[in-house]
Amino acid sequence: MSARGAWRWVADHFAMIAAVAALLYLFLPVAYTLVFSFNDHGRSNIVWEGFTLEHWQDPCGVPGVCSSLVTSLQVAALSTLVATVLGTMMALAMVRYRYRGRSASNMLVFVPMATPEIVLGAALLTIFVQGFNDIGLDLGFATIVFAHIMFCLSFVVVTVKARIQSLDPRIEEAAQDLYASPAQTFRTVTLPLILPGILGAAMLAFSLSFDDFIITNFVSGNESTFPKFVYVSSRRGIPAEANVIGFSMFVIAVALVVGAQALRSVRVPKEQ
Amino acid sequence: MSALAQAAVAPAAAEGTENQRPTRRGWVAYLLLLPGVLWLVVFFLLPLVQLAAVSLQSRYPGFPGYYYRDVNLEWYATALTDYAPHFARSFLYAGLATLLAFLISYPLAYAMAFKAGRWRNLMLICVIAPFFTSFILRTFAWSQILADEGWVVRLLETLQLVPGGQLINTPVAVVAGLTYNFLPFMVLPIYASLERADPRVIEAGGDLYASGLTTFRTVTLPMSMPGVLAGTLLTFIPAAGDFVNMELLGPQRGKMVGNVINDQFLTVPGGYPLAAALSFTLMAAILVMVFLYVRRFGTEELV
Amino acid sequence: MSGFRDARGDLRLEDVTKRFGDFTAVDDLTLHVPRGSFFALLGPSGCGKTTTLRMVAGLEQPTAGRVLIGDTDVTGSRSYERPVNTVFQSYALFPHMNVRDNVAYGPKRRKVADAGRLAEEALALVQMSEFAGRRPTQLSGGQQQRVALARALVNQPEVLLLDEPLGALDLKLRREMQVELKRIQTEVGLTFIHVTHDQEEAMTMADTVAVMNRGRIEQQGSPEALYDLPRTRFVANFLGQANTGPGSVEDVDGDHLVVDVLGTRVRIRKDRSAVPDGDLLFGVRPEKVQVSRSRPQGAGNDVRGVVKDVSFLGVATSYLVEMPSGATWSCYEQNLDVDPIDLRPGDQVWLTWNPSHAFAVPAESG
Repeated sequence: MSARGAWRWVADHFAMIAAVAALLYLFLPVAYTLVFSFNDHGRSNIVWEGFTLEHWQDPCGVPGVCSSLVTSLQVAALSTLVATVLGTMMALAMVRYRYRGRSASNMLVFVPMATPEIVLGAALLTIFVQGFNDIGLDLGFATIVFAHIMFCLSFVVVTVKARIQSLDPRIEEAAQDLYASPAQTFRTVTLPLILPGILGAAMLAFSLSFDDFIITNFVSGNESTFPKFVYVSSRRGIPAEANVIGFSMFVIAVALVVGAQALRSVRVPKEQ
Repeated sequence: MSALAQAAVAPAAAEGTENQRPTRRGWVAYLLLLPGVLWLVVFFLLPLVQLAAVSLQSRYPGFPGYYYRDVNLEWYATALTDYAPHFARSFLYAGLATLLAFLISYPLAYAMAFKAGRWRNLMLICVIAPFFTSFILRTFAWSQILADEGWVVRLLETLQLVPGGQLINTPVAVVAGLTYNFLPFMVLPIYASLERADPRVIEAGGDLYASGLTTFRTVTLPMSMPGVLAGTLLTFIPAAGDFVNMELLGPQRGKMVGNVINDQFLTVPGGYPLAAALSFTLMAAILVMVFLYVRRFGTEELV
Repeated sequence: MSGFRDARGDLRLEDVTKRFGDFTAVDDLTLHVPRGSFFALLGPSGCGKTTTLRMVAGLEQPTAGRVLIGDTDVTGSRSYERPVNTVFQSYALFPHMNVRDNVAYGPKRRKVADAGRLAEEALALVQMSEFAGRRPTQLSGGQQQRVALARALVNQPEVLLLDEPLGALDLKLRREMQVELKRIQTEVGLTFIHVTHDQEEAMTMADTVAVMNRGRIEQQGSPEALYDLPRTRFVANFLGQANTGPGSVEDVDGDHLVVDVLGTRVRIRKDRSAVPDGDLLFGVRPEKVQVSRSRPQGAGNDVRGVVKDVSFLGVATSYLVEMPSGATWSCYEQNLDVDPIDLRPGDQVWLTWNPSHAFAVPAESG
């Protein structure tokens, strides 16, 4: 290949080359996390000291790792449940009904998404400490859940709303034309068709909640979630057990996404 | 972490909006809206109001750390004067990170949209997947990657690219961290925008005598503008308020606004009013910048 | 509610109006569709035909007027309360159910026993039995359309509404389905109301055609009657083609009117003119006009002209002829002659027609 030919090849494939480089860049920290999960470290897991499997064999070996993980999972499950239900209800109302105060409610839903997390966390902290304290609510598990539901709500609304809007309204008309009352139409036609959107929103809410740090840091008091545990221990050096958990979560999440994709392409074979 | 979600929903939300007009009346709508709205009022509006009130509080003379309700603007004055450098730093780092994220993301999004073919979904998963590991873990991994003894730094040193011989605990590392952490929020909206573009329009550009580069500049890039707009906002806003990257990767001095707010709330006793004032100032500054930016470039398909 | 479902009889719309804000989609419409007939509602897009259909289905409610099935006033009732089913233009099949469940949906909602068997029978009627287990997304357009039809038919509704059901099909398939639909309607004996903008389709399939324009019915009758004797300018131009020219009544000659059309005097039967006196729009269809080199004998319905264009269409030849007034008429002659007439552009010719083929409609201003 001449120099000109080589140059031409690079130019044609520039985008792909850059893309692969970017993807490698994206995976670099993940690779590091994995590698250091095998580190036989002393006090701090910063410098490579040797290979060991002990962290993988006993991921809960370090106190706090697994308890914070459990807390994170519980918080995420609760927040997802409530946010998905409330958000779906709101999305249905916003797409299908006429009501007053539409622009106000729209703003109320969308502004939290545009607010920096630090402001959200700060605001929640002040009200929990200075307002709700009076009714006996201390910073802890409950406040974390309340906060998470709040910021997940907007995302659920937007996701489900998009799904509902992409439905052909004629399909629901057809159901009514075929003797289905509004309640029956919802149960037999609408709900099954928007279910993928609801599930997607739920997955989104779960991952948002699980990975949240900034807001959680403000409102958690003495309670610890997994990200908070990692942050706090980062000063001394994050224990490799956390790496194990982190990487495992990554694998599980990827497996879920890939599985969901595969499932979808199996259930709806060749469209014409 | 909201950014990842924002990036995921922005494309979904922009599609499929033409199909329906709200048609039904009735009290059912209010019933459906009420719980969610109530939740947001109690846990979003009310806290913001409270925060605003806190930012205006005055000190109890003689009782350090105690405040009473007042309308006192001294905290805002302090915020705007003493902490102006912090704001500047936050916006500078966030701006740089946004720019870098754009430069890295655009080719990636372009490749995914036009050159990837069957690999498109795989690439999409590869973009989102790294962000299933914990945010803190990822950022901490960067502190290890950029450590003084690490191969990255040593490689760059031999290439004479590291002034001062250190990457970790410098602003460079902070910007690098910010760029990395918010990359998907730039990639996904741009990808969504490009993916929806009709490839035949781009072919038409070539058909009308535009070279590859010119076609890109005059046809493809403008078509992807809504995605670029969404991406830059989704990257800049959270980046400006971030403090974790600074905390883990940055120097001890010269902090971002986010760090100050965090400290004032959680470590400095009696720091609430100042922190509150800083928060609101940050929010106001961001809103102003977003407003100007959007006015200049348009709001279509933003949410 | 069950009262509505048991309604039986002819469909009647009485003075039905539908307004959307300032826009009047349907304007004081009165319609009578006899039970068991194949009725076509024909008109251009935006004329209000789909809105009318939706009001019969119960998917829209009239702003004024009544909808009756037999003696039952169903105005105000919801679509799920009426014994009316619709075949939608986009088919609107339920994507999350297979074909059989789609068709069985109506019977299940009505709690009819053995809904599955009814569904199978309906699918057999439209020849889609072998696709019963498939999903709608796995079917072609034509197949989806049959399923949509079966889904409506299975409920044996008093009125079956079809909203431009053949619009998305290619020509050959459309012709096949036209015959199919007509056959099915004859076989099941239900009232079909077919909405379309395709005049050929309406004329082929329907017993009665109503031509709609801007929310009103311009004319209603059998396809032959509408084609042969249109009563408004719109109907004349919408159904087939027409040569028209403005004119005014000059004289009366027995049971004929003598009309001056753009400088030429022609005769027209009184009962074929919607206008007894004054200004009118004179018309005669192209296939009724004959062209010849020499002036024809007799009745005085002829005009001189110059050939502008000749198009050979296989079955026929189409001539465009310019007349002294400047107007251009077309003439459409089947190629029956052994020695063809062989006209060229520029030739002088005479156009002639039988006065019983001419018609006159009001000369409205647009």
